[in-house]
Amino acid sequence: MTIAPIETTVLGPIDEIPFGEGRTYAVGPDMIAVFRLRDGSLRAVSAVCPHKGGPLADGQIDNKVVVCPLHLYAWDLATGCSQSGQPPINVYPVRVDDGHIILGD
Amino acid sequence: MTKRLVVIGNGMAGARTVEEILARNGDFTVTMFGDEPYGNYNRIMLSNLLAGVESEEGIYLNDLAWYQDNGITLNAGVRIERIDRFAKMVYATDGTATPYDKLIIATGSSSWTPPIKNIHNPKRGFHQGVFAFRTLDDTRGMIRYARDHERAVVIGGGLLGLEAARGLQNHLSEVTLLHAMGHLMERQLDEKAGHMLQASVENKLGIKVITNAMTTEILGKDRVTGVKLADGTVIPCDVVVIAAGIRPNTQVAADSGLTVERGIVVDDQMRVQDEDDIYSVGECAQHRGNLYGLVAPLWDQAKVLADHITGRDTEAAYTGSKLSTKLKVAGIDVASMGLIAPETDDDEVIIYNEPKKGVYKQLIIREGALVGAILVGDNSKAASLIQSFDRVQALPEERAELLFDIGGPAGEVKPEDMPDDAQVCNCNGVSKGAICGVVNAGCKTVSGVMDKTRAGKGCGTCKPLVQRIVEWAAGGEAEEDPAASWYVPGVPMPKPELMAAIRKYELKSVSAVFEKLVPGGEHDAKSKMGLASLLKMMWADQYIDERDARFINDRVHGNIQKDGTFSVVPQMKGGVTTPAELKRIAEVAERYNVPMVKLTGGQRIDLLGIPKEQLPAIWADLDIPSGYAYAKSFRTVKTCVGSDFCRFGVGDSTALGIAIEERFQGLEGPGKMKLAVTGCPRNCAEAYVKDLGVVAIDGGRWEIYVGGAAGAHIRKGDLLATVGSAEEVIRLTGRFLQYYRENANWLERTYAWVPRVGIEKIRAVVVDDAEGIAEALDAAIEEAVQAYKDPWKERAVPATPGQFRTSLPLTVLPQVPVRS
Repeated sequence: MTIAPIETTVLGPIDEIPFGEGRTYAVGPDMIAVFRLRDGSLRAVSAVCPHKGGPLADGQIDNKVVVCPLHLYAWDLATGCSQSGQPPINVYPVRVDDGHIILGD
Repeated sequence: MTKRLVVIGNGMAGARTVEEILARNGDFTVTMFGDEPYGNYNRIMLSNLLAGVESEEGIYLNDLAWYQDNGITLNAGVRIERIDRFAKMVYATDGTATPYDKLIIATGSSSWTPPIKNIHNPKRGFHQGVFAFRTLDDTRGMIRYARDHERAVVIGGGLLGLEAARGLQNHLSEVTLLHAMGHLMERQLDEKAGHMLQASVENKLGIKVITNAMTTEILGKDRVTGVKLADGTVIPCDVVVIAAGIRPNTQVAADSGLTVERGIVVDDQMRVQDEDDIYSVGECAQHRGNLYGLVAPLWDQAKVLADHITGRDTEAAYTGSKLSTKLKVAGIDVASMGLIAPETDDDEVIIYNEPKKGVYKQLIIREGALVGAILVGDNSKAASLIQSFDRVQALPEERAELLFDIGGPAGEVKPEDMPDDAQVCNCNGVSKGAICGVVNAGCKTVSGVMDKTRAGKGCGTCKPLVQRIVEWAAGGEAEEDPAASWYVPGVPMPKPELMAAIRKYELKSVSAVFEKLVPGGEHDAKSKMGLASLLKMMWADQYIDERDARFINDRVHGNIQKDGTFSVVPQMKGGVTTPAELKRIAEVAERYNVPMVKLTGGQRIDLLGIPKEQLPAIWADLDIPSGYAYAKSFRTVKTCVGSDFCRFGVGDSTALGIAIEERFQGLEGPGKMKLAVTGCPRNCAEAYVKDLGVVAIDGGRWEIYVGGAAGAHIRKGDLLATVGSAEEVIRLTGRFLQYYRENANWLERTYAWVPRVGIEKIRAVVVDDAEGIAEALDAAIEEAVQAYKDPWKERAVPATPGQFRTSLPLTVLPQVPVRS
């Protein structure tokens, strides 16, 4: 599990992300996919699939994993670990504060 | 509190049971006693050791380090002679006493010695030159002795005897096999198969076989010089190997007052009868009156025992095993399961016999289920037969398909013949070695291996090979995947049950299905798309559309490409277009700098490389409905020019193709549906290889073919019906598609579904209305047709916030002023 350090950043209103979907945000040089789970919590991971560069924010999720839309490899949203033998992805701390998505601690 | 576990027996059953207990984190200090002074080795491989194709190191399952690493005290070469069930102690012949809280008896069996005169030597056990074939020491002794001698006789024509005879050929020149019964392997094979095997053993291997041979005496004073049979025949030899069967080792149990009949009597939890703390497992255990001498039942017993003794699952029950074997007997393929002869007049017996090749196959089928099979000389279908036998699966109507691969590739690759680096999955680049690695790491279901490696997850054609490799790598221990019959992996139900539950509870959204039908209400990303498709089909406009249940293609109505852009394929019904439409497409392609414009196989035009955020604007400028080139849905109807211009055309295929596409456009299903209409049997529109293909024939009639394919899988469709009018074609097409939508598994294309259900059944339902559901099918398809909306109209206002926001790449491009 790799929790990457990141500067605390307000990404935008939580309403930008529908339940069960993800959206990509550019934060400095990093591209980060933020997912809003159906239980209301948020997860943030690196936006680029380490396999072939697929856009993870376009993948389908449940409360545990994201499935890359290109070749259907899956990663654990909480730990970043692959479930199918691929390299891990970065995970970032993320939370909702007063209707806004806050990335970082 | 940590309990003391004592295991009597360090063979395959004892050690395997301990492994299963450790895997369940059982809190025990383990002490094991083994007769033989070794770690645990694979007894089945002794014949390979004898044949010189395996080394002693190679046959160990658990070496001494394993016992150390797991904190197990191994007393190798120490025999237990008595159990005190009241004091809970075991006593060894070396005088030691060991207390236990729980005891497992896994003493296995030993070689049975028939009553033959002079077989024993009062001073040294067997007569010099006589060997049993059961242990590592037996095998070593036999190899050592055989080296300096010429002729061997093996007594016993069962599996073990055949293996011994084959192995001995490695060490001496002349081997004779004596069998007391009328044909070889009489427990597993019928007479014909036994004779076939005998012919192969004699002609191919050069082993002399004598059946109905009752050995009465071993000849020779100090050492063996020959054997004498009941009819007086004398066979000169220097070595005699006894392989006449095995008897369970029950002496310790019987002497200690446990219930012993033929074996040690156990219940469904593998506990010895009337004992709370004593278990028995393996060849020495008698369960529901049966003794088992194969490994597969033993593995099942070990699991149940471990579940019970650790408290992991106190309800776990072993209910017996159906016996099947698949092996090379002395280099010849043999498989046997269940009955070897029919028992009633109604039993269906199917026999294939090709003596010249040494191939014999027999199946016994009762009430549509496989109850017995024998294969000699060709095991290519053994794995699938064992599966049908074990799981009581429905059998194909063409019984020949059970015996042969019909229409498949000629030579089926054998996993054992493939090098480790051979690529198995050509889509995802997965090697045989990678698959075996995952299996060896403990994943023993085909779907689990496919998930972990992604092998077979591309076009899917390698899936049967992946399955064979998994079965081979697991050494016959491949586990049945309960999820294999489920509609989607995350909801534990096959499609009919799932549909019934959805109707019963009126579940109209994907999350409602997860919450009601999955224990714990757990959502599953990989199941969402299949459920969305099913619910849309079942509820039409009452379906509650949760956008996250859709795959990205269905969220933005385009096919995602390798760089995260999308393809745009406008509808072009029947592949017919106009100059005005072509101009508009060309202008759009220029205006948006579309990187590639390509004609598709479905007679349409594909605009590739469109960024997600540009999709709504492109759709607006095109102002053509979606061609649905991205969904698991009705795709396109390919047509030829038909009777309008073609001088051969006998039917107006273009008009009919356009009408079919007009009616069923966008219809979602379990898999994509590609259709064609062709104007004559020359088949320029390739209608024979479509999910549904229509062919005009002379006389104003149309043939309808279903279940064809020409992708990764190639299949000519089956003729569903020949009809007299275009209206009739459209009616039957709708009815067929609806029947497919309701009954096929998720992602099961018609080329798999049609043969699975059978064209006769489909014709009965769709054409002849044998089940009285035609009206309902027609009504359901009509409702689906009426619910059609062009998704590309969803462009003025996004359906969800950021629906068309880019997900990649997000690098900010420098703004360069544009010169006019």
